[in-house]
Amino acid sequence: MDAGSEGSQVLRREEFPRLFSALEDAGYQVVGPTVRDGAIVYDRLHGVDDLPRGWTDRQGPGRYRLERRGDDALFGYNVGPFTWKKFLFPPRERLFTVQREGGSFTVVPEPVEAPLTAFLGVRACELAGLAVTDRVFQGGPVVDPGYAARRSRVLLVAVQCGQAGGNCFCASMRTGPSVSGGADLVLTEILGPGPHRFLVRAGSPRGAEVLSPLNLPPAPEEDERTVGELLDRTTRSMGREMDPTGLRDLLRETLQHPRWEEVARRCLSCTNCTLVCPTCFCSTHEEVPDLSEEKVERWRRWDSCFNLGFTELHGAPVRASGRSRYRQWLTHKLGTWHDQFGTSGCIGCGRCITWCPVGIDLTEEVAALRVPVAPAGPPGRTA
Amino acid sequence: MLADRSTRPPEPAELPSPLAPRPYRVGRVLRETSDTMTLTVRPASSAAIARPVPGQFNMLYAVGVGEAAISVSGVLEGQEIAHTVRRAGKVTEALAELTPGDALGVRGPYGHGWPLDLARGNDLVLVAGGLGLPPLRPVLEAVLSDRGAFGRVEVIYGARTPKDLVYYADLQDWRQRSDLRLQTTVDVAGGDWNGDVGVVTRRLPDARFEPDRTVAMLCGPEIMMRLTAQALVERQVPASRIFLSMERNMKCAIGLCGHCQFGPSFLCRDGPVLPFSRLAPFLSVKEV
Repeated sequence: MDAGSEGSQVLRREEFPRLFSALEDAGYQVVGPTVRDGAIVYDRLHGVDDLPRGWTDRQGPGRYRLERRGDDALFGYNVGPFTWKKFLFPPRERLFTVQREGGSFTVVPEPVEAPLTAFLGVRACELAGLAVTDRVFQGGPVVDPGYAARRSRVLLVAVQCGQAGGNCFCASMRTGPSVSGGADLVLTEILGPGPHRFLVRAGSPRGAEVLSPLNLPPAPEEDERTVGELLDRTTRSMGREMDPTGLRDLLRETLQHPRWEEVARRCLSCTNCTLVCPTCFCSTHEEVPDLSEEKVERWRRWDSCFNLGFTELHGAPVRASGRSRYRQWLTHKLGTWHDQFGTSGCIGCGRCITWCPVGIDLTEEVAALRVPVAPAGPPGRTA
Repeated sequence: MLADRSTRPPEPAELPSPLAPRPYRVGRVLRETSDTMTLTVRPASSAAIARPVPGQFNMLYAVGVGEAAISVSGVLEGQEIAHTVRRAGKVTEALAELTPGDALGVRGPYGHGWPLDLARGNDLVLVAGGLGLPPLRPVLEAVLSDRGAFGRVEVIYGARTPKDLVYYADLQDWRQRSDLRLQTTVDVAGGDWNGDVGVVTRRLPDARFEPDRTVAMLCGPEIMMRLTAQALVERQVPASRIFLSMERNMKCAIGLCGHCQFGPSFLCRDGPVLPFSRLAPFLSVKEV
């Protein structure tokens, strides 16, 4: 490995296609951000032209709009409705096929489809999200074979955020905006002063291997400083904040808080928050027989704790009220996740706020839960 | 290009799924009540599951219909396992229709069972409500096969009506034994019932045990378990020595699907048997 794998190097914007080709030459298919249906989604990319050049995303509670930036930034947005999770834990996945045979059956395993894939444009918070799903799917006593196979074949190309979105709070959750580890390559886009360029550094031998044929010049010290200033600015412009201290205990102690009733009056149980969340992992199984019933496929599909059938037991849901379902989601995400996986389930990306059709903001809900319930006082008294 | 293949992981060939059921066959079918049967199952190939311990469960698979989590209610000679199934949904309906020789799938055994080792040398209180008896029967079988290792054994079993009592032959046998005491009670009975009427907690004052050297194992409806556990705590049995077998919707049984969460626990892998000390803060909250 040459010294280039240590410090940062400069990649000029017009040379960006070379990085793209280097990924493809190394055998990776590239998935990353692209504009579709009025949003920046993650999908297979066939070239630099597929990137969301000049677009940004304006976000608020229940609100997401693409807008023109007025410059040529390739990564001048924050996060969209898709997450990288869908490439590792697909929304629908066939697990195996059961073949009836001589009055019994055999199980036909699923052939592997795990092409070498580069995730291009992974945000710092999303790296934290992948670390969470790694723990969920391959850190426990039973490893999910599909997730593990696909995950082992992924190269992570991170791009640090040069701006924060209206619902971002990675700084609170200490997952961003700067990338501290977990990526094979780390990029920062510098729009100026000077030419439009990227600072690139390798975070792993695999990353260095991709970078090495490009023979990029080392980055001058002032570029490193520029990146530092950029990240400081991003940190200061977070649209949301949430104090993560003591959340595990707070949520354990507030199971009967009246706020759950209040939020349930707004929550539609639509499941959007769980579908856009980078760490939500719940799934259900479907049994799909063919017409002759000789062959039966077992599918796994994303499920949500907001679905009434999720807790069905002896014909009735355990969590029948919307109040209990929202409570389950939030107490799991921010509280019991710590018990189960030694980390929060929230990475501060704000997707659940953006894509909630009624704009429920978990940072606001947590703040409300922190207010102690007033003991019932004499009627008519106000503070 | 060849050189940089070194750091790239090889593509695995195929994905054997931890969720794949193993082919089994039904041995015997014993009708317990109008809607409940006990099936014994044995491996249809050399791929048998590991020997379950009392309190564990298996995922039983009705081919083409789906899976259900069913507790192990007996570990028999060879690799035969008994499961008691009540018709409660699509899958259990299909399982209840099976006849001897029929194919079904089994995977397991899953979860943490009853703390038999902790119970050794202590008095044992078993309280079952309705279909809570099946997961406790293997405990009684283990205790009776090593009876000297345990202190007093008190069993309280409640059902809705006399017709809903399962394991008729076992109940007859246990009732006649002098080395354990069985109290059966029903919520509602006609004139042909000579036994007790009322909830299981009403039988508890009659049970003899030394609270500071007792282990209790409870299985039944959640409210029955909660009230029984509270009554035991009132009699000075430590909450850490009262064990409950919990039930929730289960899909994967290996801690990946999220369905069976109860507070911080995945009941499939942390449970289904957990101490009351750990469950109590959540049992007292509705719809956890």
